[in-house]
Amino acid sequence: MTASATGPMRSGSVPAHEPTAADFERLVQYPHVVVSWVDDDGYPTSVATSFEADADAFVIRLIQPTGMPIPTDREVSVTGSHIHPQPGVGYDERRYLQLWGRFDGTALRPTRAWGWDEHEVPFFEYSERSVPQSRRYLAKLSEEKGRPIKPRLAPFWLALRTTRLPFLSATAVPVLLGIAVAASDGHFTWWTALLTLIGGSLAHLGINVTNDIFDTLSGADEANTTPTMYSGGSRVAVYDLVTIRGLMWTAIALFGAAAAIGLFLVAVTGSLTLLWIGIAGIVVGVAYTAPPLKLVYRGLGEIAVAIGFGPIMLLGAYVVQTGRLALEPLLLSFVPGILIALILYVNEIPDRRSDAVAGKRTLPVRLPPATVRTGYLVAAIVAFAIVVLGVVFGVFPWTALIALAAVPIALRVHAGLKVHYDSPYTLMAVMGTNVNLNLVVGGLLLLAYLVVIVAMLIG
Amino acid sequence: MGWLPEPVERLLEVALVGELTVVGRNGRPITHPLIPLYDGEHIYLHSSTLFSKKLEHIKRDPHVALALSDPVAMKGNPDRATIQGTARVIDDDPHSEWERLILDLWRAKEPAINDFLKARVALPLFFERAVIEITPERCLYWEGGDTTRPPVRTDAPRAEAA
Repeated sequence: MTASATGPMRSGSVPAHEPTAADFERLVQYPHVVVSWVDDDGYPTSVATSFEADADAFVIRLIQPTGMPIPTDREVSVTGSHIHPQPGVGYDERRYLQLWGRFDGTALRPTRAWGWDEHEVPFFEYSERSVPQSRRYLAKLSEEKGRPIKPRLAPFWLALRTTRLPFLSATAVPVLLGIAVAASDGHFTWWTALLTLIGGSLAHLGINVTNDIFDTLSGADEANTTPTMYSGGSRVAVYDLVTIRGLMWTAIALFGAAAAIGLFLVAVTGSLTLLWIGIAGIVVGVAYTAPPLKLVYRGLGEIAVAIGFGPIMLLGAYVVQTGRLALEPLLLSFVPGILIALILYVNEIPDRRSDAVAGKRTLPVRLPPATVRTGYLVAAIVAFAIVVLGVVFGVFPWTALIALAAVPIALRVHAGLKVHYDSPYTLMAVMGTNVNLNLVVGGLLLLAYLVVIVAMLIG
Repeated sequence: MGWLPEPVERLLEVALVGELTVVGRNGRPITHPLIPLYDGEHIYLHSSTLFSKKLEHIKRDPHVALALSDPVAMKGNPDRATIQGTARVIDDDPHSEWERLILDLWRAKEPAINDFLKARVALPLFFERAVIEITPERCLYWEGGDTTRPPVRTDAPRAEAA
């Protein structure tokens, strides 16, 4: 085989295109090709054969199979296909390339090419790029069958996916911390604490759903062909698993339930402060993606999240227990607030190209990678500095310093951003570590307050 | 019952990939590498609705050919074959009909699918699938895979090809 190859190239998933020299370089990776044409009787036929790809002459020379002459009066294709078997499992390293053209008795001059290589375009991305085809097919199938045919998920999984339930840890950390600080002040009622956790969780899920509605309507989610388990939204509307109307009713139900619990707590505590905190929470949550403010589209999403999951959640939980505001929970609230904002910040990195297309000008869209990485480090340092300063100035108990044990996790995320910034799928592990950072810091701070509470009880 | 020559049945039973060629618009041959499954009578292929253009082509023109050409995908078996036939797309219920029809055959050949199935929530559209059922009508077989020698041709018994 000959080719003007400068190095191995592989076929990415690209629309059918006029062949280029690069396609010849891709083709020479295959040990043989399958030549296909449509017989006179209307059946396609295929035969494997050896070939020589001559990029200079722009032809593919084919060894004529015996007894099956390749026709010269119609379009013929050559296909290279590769897999790597994994015995007992299946296979990987899938790639293929198909070129079409006329055969002149010796060689085929390609006029059209198409292919896919999972090394260049991972399977998940290839699938996401193909979502519009699935929607078209199912719409046409519905017409054929005379009944609606839609993709489905089992109700539990659909609910989990629609609300992005696993992200509730972001609510649990500040709410539990607020309750713990109140308990260390001698205020704790278990059932109002439980209601706070449930109400905060419902509001969070309502915000998630609202976020999906507006990101679907803006086209941000549809333009994103590299979503991960941490980024790219729930995609239930993009996949046609739930309608926008269905999402709206879900959001209304979640916010309604959260508001009912919030108003009940306001009535029980008699705290108007709590009412204002609740209203602020809903406003910030909805304004995060909803017009006219669309905070996340303006690069203000991190600040909105820091406020929502920081002072609003933590201080709100504290006020439910104590009926008053205080410096300690306010200062402490900035720690989970910043760390949860950093979850959003890192999760926006793989979405930045599709977000830019949809006009969602998040910080990773606006800033160069080096600045984004530095921004992460600075924000993480500020979060840990708040803990240290809080202890130094006597606002937090000294046990809170245990949270510094999580510093290496933040450094690991920062280092991971340098290596995996441009690869959505390998960045997933970094995003997971970043989620854990909030959980570990939150858990350690809870432990710190638990020690104080126990000491108070036995003292 | 099936009529395919025994060496071709052996290829079908181990093949991890075969090249399905369908007739596209304008009569162009379009080839898709797919995992073939075989129940002793029909050949089954399957496709997510994500990658469903081939299904549209088959619905427009059901003539297809399946080439078994790559020894690497055939557990080292160097034989080659091309099976021509008529295909039928089964997609009354893309959500679950394929599970009833071909999941056991698929699992036997690609056990990793069990892990994918557990993660159906992560890939919901991948598991909205149609089955392509091929009734073989003609078979070309190259012992040892040498296509510089003429293939052995076998046709379906007339009554079964109808």
